[in-house]
Amino acid sequence: MNIIVLVKQVPDTTEIKLDPKTGNLIREGIESIMNPDDRHALEAAVSLKESMGGSVTAVSMGPPQAIDVVTEAMGMGADRGILLSDRAFSGADTWATSLTLGKAMEKIGDYDLIICGRQAIDGDTAQIGPQVADHLNIPHVSYVFGIDEITQEHLVVRRRLENGFERIETPLPALLTVIGELNTPRYAVVGRLIAACGEKASIEIWNAADIGCKTNEIGLEGSLTHVIKTFAPKFKRQGEILEGAAGESISTLLGKLRENRIL
Amino acid sequence: MTVWIDADLCNGCKRCVKACPYEGVEMRDGNAHILERCTSCGACIESCKQKAILTDAKPREIPDFSDRKGVWVFAEQRDGALHSVSLELLGKAGELAASLEQDVSAVLMGNEVEHLAETLFQHGADHVVLVEDSCLAQYRAIAYATAFEQLIRRFNPNILLMGATHIGRDLAPRVSRRVAVGLTADCTELTIDPDEKILLQTRPAFGGNIMATIANRYSRPQMATVRPGVMAPKEQPEKRGDIIRETLSITEQDIKTKVLEIVREAKKRGDLGKAKIIVAGGRGVGDAEGFKALETLAEVLGGEVAGTRVAVEEGWIPADRQVGQTGQSVRPELYIACGISGAIQHRAGIANARYIVAINRDARAPIFQVADWGIVGDLHALVPEMIRQHVSSKVKGER
Repeated sequence: MNIIVLVKQVPDTTEIKLDPKTGNLIREGIESIMNPDDRHALEAAVSLKESMGGSVTAVSMGPPQAIDVVTEAMGMGADRGILLSDRAFSGADTWATSLTLGKAMEKIGDYDLIICGRQAIDGDTAQIGPQVADHLNIPHVSYVFGIDEITQEHLVVRRRLENGFERIETPLPALLTVIGELNTPRYAVVGRLIAACGEKASIEIWNAADIGCKTNEIGLEGSLTHVIKTFAPKFKRQGEILEGAAGESISTLLGKLRENRIL
Repeated sequence: MTVWIDADLCNGCKRCVKACPYEGVEMRDGNAHILERCTSCGACIESCKQKAILTDAKPREIPDFSDRKGVWVFAEQRDGALHSVSLELLGKAGELAASLEQDVSAVLMGNEVEHLAETLFQHGADHVVLVEDSCLAQYRAIAYATAFEQLIRRFNPNILLMGATHIGRDLAPRVSRRVAVGLTADCTELTIDPDEKILLQTRPAFGGNIMATIANRYSRPQMATVRPGVMAPKEQPEKRGDIIRETLSITEQDIKTKVLEIVREAKKRGDLGKAKIIVAGGRGVGDAEGFKALETLAEVLGGEVAGTRVAVEEGWIPADRQVGQTGQSVRPELYIACGISGAIQHRAGIANARYIVAINRDARAPIFQVADWGIVGDLHALVPEMIRQHVSSKVKGER
């Protein structure tokens, strides 16, 4: 079973704060991490390899420093690491990103299964998995939280729905996007991390030419959507603070709610 | 493509610093300076009155899409029941279509689902594009994506909206790739640009820390998904429309996947998206025990209990009760926030509540900025007091 895992380096958005004066993001000191859902994708791939044999290839796309997440993926058990990095990739929307990743998958070629996280915490779009699958003309299943059955030819998985789940059978090759419920990711092993960073480091860096992308079809130039404006979210309400002891303030509140026909 | 600044032309006005969506421009010695972070997006170029920002990129031609007409909404149904988000989207689609002077169509797919058309008309659809096929009985990505691909090529719609449900978020990206169009996920606001007549799609980014407005100038239909609960449905009981029947050409072999079973897990609690009253707790509640009082309050008020991401991560309440950017957006009549400081992610999820009440010990908690009424105090005393007063007034009322 040859498995490709897509991993992304993201800013730890839970740590982001806004500058109260300008409303801008304060980016200094924000750590870059491996996208949380992607850890579950890697765990699934490595444990499938352990039980079925084969290989795990971790692929990331990003600036040169994104090599850190590929290294970490190798520390968690990936056999091969590839970083797609080129100035021409930058500013890509999901259309251009999935095209770039799709071309890289085609170059890797020999895969049975592609696993990625459901979504990245910096964009939260959940688009890349299904788009890459469509580019490769293979089926996909998103929101996977259980793998019931797997052979060289097919797969039965559980896909999370809002009010339950469905069991889906798909032939291979296929692409899965997975959620945290699927497993508990292992930690990277120090020895493997050292090997991945060491002199014999095998992480490959591919640029646009390596995967046969023309610069006008990728990155910002190849994107179909563009950010035209960003702003700090505004929530306008005039807060009235209700004073008095507990009994008094609550009774004022209940009065206000009845006045406005809420209760 | 690269972007650079002609230092001789720059007058240090800082417009580009504000315009950059990625904070890739900063001031150095009174001049703008482009940082490593720059993605060459070009937003600064348009903002510069001095024309001091230069690029080697060729200006991109915007194709003529004047023949693309119609605002489409994916009418998502499961087991013959429409998802509420589709009706919400029809309400918004009506506004967009009015400013474009175009029609609203609901795209209804499934097996024996024609009876749902009436509801779609009554929520604003001028037309229902109906595709009935046994292949479409249950949602499957390739089947539905292929059906959409065929319809889009036949009708050339201008806009296509889908609910950001587990089905919509699975289907929309597949469709967008298939017909080579841009797609904006989880929009909270959709408007038509008065000059360009394009769809402006606003969505939260970076975990809700900033809002981004996105345009889709280079492809049609302009596709966007919207989460349930964000838009309001508009019932129009008198409205009628026509059904356009279409067929699908696809075989089981093309579809590849099979749905072996669909398991409904009984929800013990009501749907937060539909709740009229929500009592929510955050870090200040302290423990699972503390949530019991909130549950009692929700019960006596006839509402639902919910919580912040912290409350879910601490295991005080289940994940399906999470309100906020990473949880659900809600639009109740009344939202009572207890011990919630009001992180931006959480505030984004409750922005559509009609009234917000905040109870928090810290008078400086940001939740008070978005509350209609606030009480500074200990929720462990105030919540039981509210239960007591409300119950006793009800008892009096019944006498």
